Amino acid sequence: MDIYSLTLGQAKEKLDRGELSSRELTEAVLARIDAVEDRVRAFLHLDPEGALARADEADRLRKEGRAGELLGIPLSLKDVLCTATMPTTCGSRMLENFVPPYDATVVRRLRDAGAVILGKVAMDEFAMGSTSENCAFQTPVNPWKDGYVAGGSSGGSAAAVAADEGFASLGSDTGGSIRQPASLCGIVGMKPTYGRVSRYGLVAFASSLDQVGPLTKDVRDCALMMNVIAGHDHRDSTSIDREVPDYTAALVDGLRGIRVGIPGEYFGDGLDPEVERTVRRGIDMLRDAGAEIVEVSLPHTEYCVAVYYLIAPAEASSNLARYDGVRYGFRDRDAQSLIDMYRSTRSRGFGDEVKRRILIGTYALSAGYYDAYYKKASRVRTLIQEDFTTAFTDCDLVVSPVCPTPSWKIGEKSDDPLALYLSDILTISANLAGIPAISVPCGFSDDGLPIGMQMQAAHFNEEILLRAAHNLEQRAGMLGRRPPLP
Amino acid sequence: MKITSKEVEHVARLARLDLAADEVERMTGQLDTILNYVAKLDEVDTTGITETTHTRKPGNAFREDAVRPSLPREKALANAPRQNGEAFVVPKIIS
Repeated sequence: MDIYSLTLGQAKEKLDRGELSSRELTEAVLARIDAVEDRVRAFLHLDPEGALARADEADRLRKEGRAGELLGIPLSLKDVLCTATMPTTCGSRMLENFVPPYDATVVRRLRDAGAVILGKVAMDEFAMGSTSENCAFQTPVNPWKDGYVAGGSSGGSAAAVAADEGFASLGSDTGGSIRQPASLCGIVGMKPTYGRVSRYGLVAFASSLDQVGPLTKDVRDCALMMNVIAGHDHRDSTSIDREVPDYTAALVDGLRGIRVGIPGEYFGDGLDPEVERTVRRGIDMLRDAGAEIVEVSLPHTEYCVAVYYLIAPAEASSNLARYDGVRYGFRDRDAQSLIDMYRSTRSRGFGDEVKRRILIGTYALSAGYYDAYYKKASRVRTLIQEDFTTAFTDCDLVVSPVCPTPSWKIGEKSDDPLALYLSDILTISANLAGIPAISVPCGFSDDGLPIGMQMQAAHFNEEILLRAAHNLEQRAGMLGRRPPLP
Repeated sequence: MKITSKEVEHVARLARLDLAADEVERMTGQLDTILNYVAKLDEVDTTGITETTHTRKPGNAFREDAVRPSLPREKALANAPRQNGEAFVVPKIIS
């Protein structure tokens, strides 16, 4: 087995047993990146020298008997997370040359755990998109099929992990941006409970929805990453002070006593038959593992896209007001007056989708429309949350597909914003309700494209997601499957 | 029509965005499609329903009002397109 295709957990064991050094691990991954990156196009910034220096330091620390949860493990970061040593572009011309003055808390936690940061990976501009085609610099390509999208907005993270370019990645999820690319690329991706992981240093998109989470090769790796990134942070006032369990302890075999809810609303029109068949087969596997399968209803599901595409742009229009050419980022230096400078800086610095969402958000918040749009959406959001509260009295987790279809061709849906928004229908609710959700590989389409299963649970019930995901993983036959890359 | 090109121009002005004429036309069409779609929320009876702006439990995150280290000035200025060592420099506001 090639070193780069180990899971994070396996690599960690080999390091702990002295069978491999971090330098060997890091060199193997850098060679892998060299070999496949032309095809995968995940990295916006790669730091081989820095990574090798960190690897040598990890090896030295290990010799001194020091340990760390991720000591010497190479991984990547979505370019939305602030890194004091590397550019942080958010996939935007606006931040093309921006090197943050501090590390995001999650980055600090990874470094403290000994992780080797390989570089920063591609994403839709300011995390707005479902295909990563809105990245101003490059579009990552699905490792399973050339010319197909890796998903978005954490498309670079998913493509890199699926292509064995690093043992894990951190992404961010505002409406499915971790889970959807994980599903399209055949890996595991988790959006934790809102408040479980610090958002300090995560460039803000929609602050009531954004959450940082891991993209990994298997469920155990997801638990290992959660052990490092979860926890309270006084720098993020939305972060919640609550004990962090050992998530790997949740990976027990068998699901006896677990009630799995199937929401009819998630299996409606527009669902690709192959996706439905694959996920229903996955549900049978959960039953085989001992779970009880029950029907549940989430009656306001059909409104979640409408709610999301008012609330997220409204929050974005406010958050993105900071890009004015004054303190950091791009500035149009030719502008003569302050107002002209704001306007031309923003018009030239932002791409189309970002402008579109700023316009929708500004409109929804503007005088005369606030009640009809923003306020109305915030009320229906309450109903969507209540749907979950009710459902979780009858079941422990809600199971569905992640994305209505497998991956599609790059360019295929890029001219129709609404069609693309509608493809987020199955992942958006978790963000609106603030609950944790995971995407787990479940099977393949006839074309060999991966299909994921989504599991959602009540607030702070990440452990039950990991347990169920682990049991699906044991039965789905997806472990160790690798995309057809050189 | 849910939104006219005039309204798009107005909103763009509020958001400090300049849109070229063809951009206004394209954005108006796309925004109209999106606003027509979100109008489906009108079907939902929300009488007496409170708004959710945040899923975190109500209550503020308080801390002691104590002096703590913060970003040094040179670091805070380091990314500025223009600065003079003490402040961010912008085009003249009053002529």
